[in-house]
Formats: sequence, C-alpha cells, structure tokens
Amino acid sequence: MGCEAWGGRLDAYLDGELAPGEAAELGRHLRTCGACSADALDRVQLKRSVAAAGRRYQPSADLRARIARSAGAPRPRVRWPWPMLAVPALLLLIVSIASGLYLGRAQAGRERIYSEFADLHTAALASATPVDVVSSDRHTVKPWFQGKIPFSFDLPDLQASPFTLVGGRVAWFAQTPGAHLVFQLRKHMISVFIFRETAADATNLPSGAAHPLSFNMESWHQGGLRYVAIGDAGAGDIEALGRLLRAGRAP
Amino acid sequence: MEVRDSRPPGGRFEELALPLFDQLYNFARWLTRDASEAEDLVQETYAKALRGFPSFRAGTNFRAWIYRILRNSFLSSRTGLRTEVPFDEEDPDVASRATSSTPEELLVRSATREEVQQALEQLPVHSREVLLLCDVEEMSYQEIAETLSIPIGTVMSRLFRARQALRRLLQPRQPGGQRGV
Repeated sequence: MGCEAWGGRLDAYLDGELAPGEAAELGRHLRTCGACSADALDRVQLKRSVAAAGRRYQPSADLRARIARSAGAPRPRVRWPWPMLAVPALLLLIVSIASGLYLGRAQAGRERIYSEFADLHTAALASATPVDVVSSDRHTVKPWFQGKIPFSFDLPDLQASPFTLVGGRVAWFAQTPGAHLVFQLRKHMISVFIFRETAADATNLPSGAAHPLSFNMESWHQGGLRYVAIGDAGAGDIEALGRLLRAGRAP
Repeated sequence: MEVRDSRPPGGRFEELALPLFDQLYNFARWLTRDASEAEDLVQETYAKALRGFPSFRAGTNFRAWIYRILRNSFLSSRTGLRTEVPFDEEDPDVASRATSSTPEELLVRSATREEVQQALEQLPVHSREVLLLCDVEEMSYQEIAETLSIPIGTVMSRLFRARQALRRLLQPRQPGGQRGV
C-alpha cells in the first residue's frame, strides 16, 4: 500500500480503530517513511491539543451534591479508575470464585468451565478490539483461522437470518487454541467458541442449555468439536443460532 | 466482598452514572457554552437516565447510553434547537480523499491550550461534539456512533471534517493570507 492510501488511515490508526494486522503494517510503514511519520506526528499533536483543551470545565460542588442525592447515593463517590466494561468482568470473576467455594465439586468444575467461557466472552467485548478479523463474510472469517487453530469448521450462510457475523479471534481454553466467533443479534453480542473435544475439560461440559451468571448458554458436540454459544440474548435466540450453526455444517 | 445482583436498578445506577459526572458536565458545558444551562442539562440528564434505567439493557454500553440522553436533551433545549443540522453527504471514501497533508497544512507550531479552546468554540456543535467524544472522552467510533445515533461511516467523515476545520482555525495568521474557515 502506498503513502496515499496509508494517509487516509492515519486518523483511524491514531484513534485506535485499525484492525491489529493493519495497524502493525502501518506501524512498519511509519518507521520507514519520513513524510508519513511527520504527518502522523502532526495528527497526534492535534489530537493531544484537543484532549488537553477539551478538559476544561469543573462542575460545582453544589451540583455534585445535588446529582449525588438525586442518583440515590449518600455522598459523592470516588471515580472508578477502570473502564466501565471491566466491571462486569470483575463481577464475573468474583462470582466464579464464590461459586467455586460453595458448590459441589463436580458441579463446581462445570461452573468453572461455564465461567471461563463467560469470562472469555466478557473480556473480548470489553476489549478495544473484540475481534481480530472483522468481517460479516463467512468466506473471509473461516480462512482467517487457517494455520491458527488445529481444526476447521463450517459457517452457515446467515443472509436470511437475524444474526450477523461480526468477526473472529483466536481464543485459548485449557491451553488449547480454538475459534471465537462473535455474532450480533440486534444489540446483543453472542460469542460462539469452538474447541477440539479433546481439549481438557471440554469433555466435561454437558450438551444443552445453561444459564451461567445470567448469560444464556448452549453447548453441543459436533464432528469432534465442542461448540459453546454464550451471550445476553434470549435463550431462544441462542438456541436459534445454535441450530443455524449445526445446520450449516456440510453433510 | 458482597456480590450484588445486577438487576435492581436502585443499586447499580449510581455506580454506573456517578463516575461519569465530571465528564458529563464538561461535555454539557461545551455543548451549551453556558454554566447554568450546563447545570440544568446535567440535572435533566441524570433525572431522565434514572427514570429510563429499567429499560437500559445490562451488558450494553452505559456510557454511550447516558451521553445520548444528554445530547438529545440538549438538542431539544432552547439553545440546542438553534443548532444547525450537519450536512452529511454520502461520503464513503473519506479515507481515500484524506491523503497526507501538504506542508502548508501542517501545524508548524504547537498552538496554546487557549488557542485550541477558542478554535473549538468556533466550530459548529456537530464538529465540536464528535471531536470531544473521540479525543477527550476517548470513545471508540462504535461508541460515538451509538451516542450520536449515526452510522460509523458518518462518524468518520464528521471527524475528518472537524479536524480539517480545526486545523484551518489553528493555522498561523499569514500576512495577506486568509485565516480560518
């Protein structure tokens, strides 16, 4: 790609909106191209100027107190230092630790697997780049996994369905790489994890529906692979996506 | 540590909403350009958000949700109604047009904070807000799109145009040359 094409992506790059592969490529280009790196430097300067100039107004203590009262808090709270999306992930972690302590051993093992998938799902959505290959085209997403995971899988045509494919990334479960696909249904994000059935623990997972931590989850086994679909969409929706995926496999 | 159910809105609203108070006020002040209007706007936002919280879907982006409430309240306020509607032409290849700046367009010197603030004030509201959401609030394009209820492509073209306009406003005065937009 030439300087002209890269120039058009500099802002997206500096805003952290390029896919990691493309960002790395542009980063390499910047190290070798004086004109583009000067351009990038200038854009960074503009961004920083706006960031500094934009943090300008402080609310009055009086307004703070009024808002805190109306929002139902007894006193103003300390600002949380981490992004809001990290909070559900942390809650999940706490819940998974707590449930590990109180449940029976077998059940605890299963819960742990559920929680692990719930964590993988939440952590991905909380990340600035939830997917590494961004495409709604199954013919782009499937080949992307070639050489990254030790198996292949089929994706159904979602054209006529309410689901759209957002993209995919490699996920690790029990020290084994697998596919993590993200689907969107209206505002809901649904993760589908695909791992080899031989991956430790995956065999302990019963097929069927489950509701770990208020997520809806469905798991099934197909062609030596363990599929886990999880998300905050309705149980019926998750089941529908599962049906599509099962039907999508070529006979 | 106590683990609370995320459903009852009473407990969680303040935890989600209060940490955003300073930022929301700053943003409101930039939109309204007036201290007391900004206070009213923030109060209205929190009241509406608290009322609407039961319909907020857990797991979706709270920040974009409450910013959207603030911004919609602003647009229907007296000052907001005077806001000009942005001209978003179909602009699918902003990226290909946005080639590298020519040396004359580069900010040769660094502008002072006051100069940038003045330039931001001069920008139309729709340019100002998208810049603030991106560079000050550090929202992703997706979050900005949700906040402003516009497609991501429009976010990108508005950002592109806002940065161009800001650049022009920050251009050093040149003898005989024209300055600004």
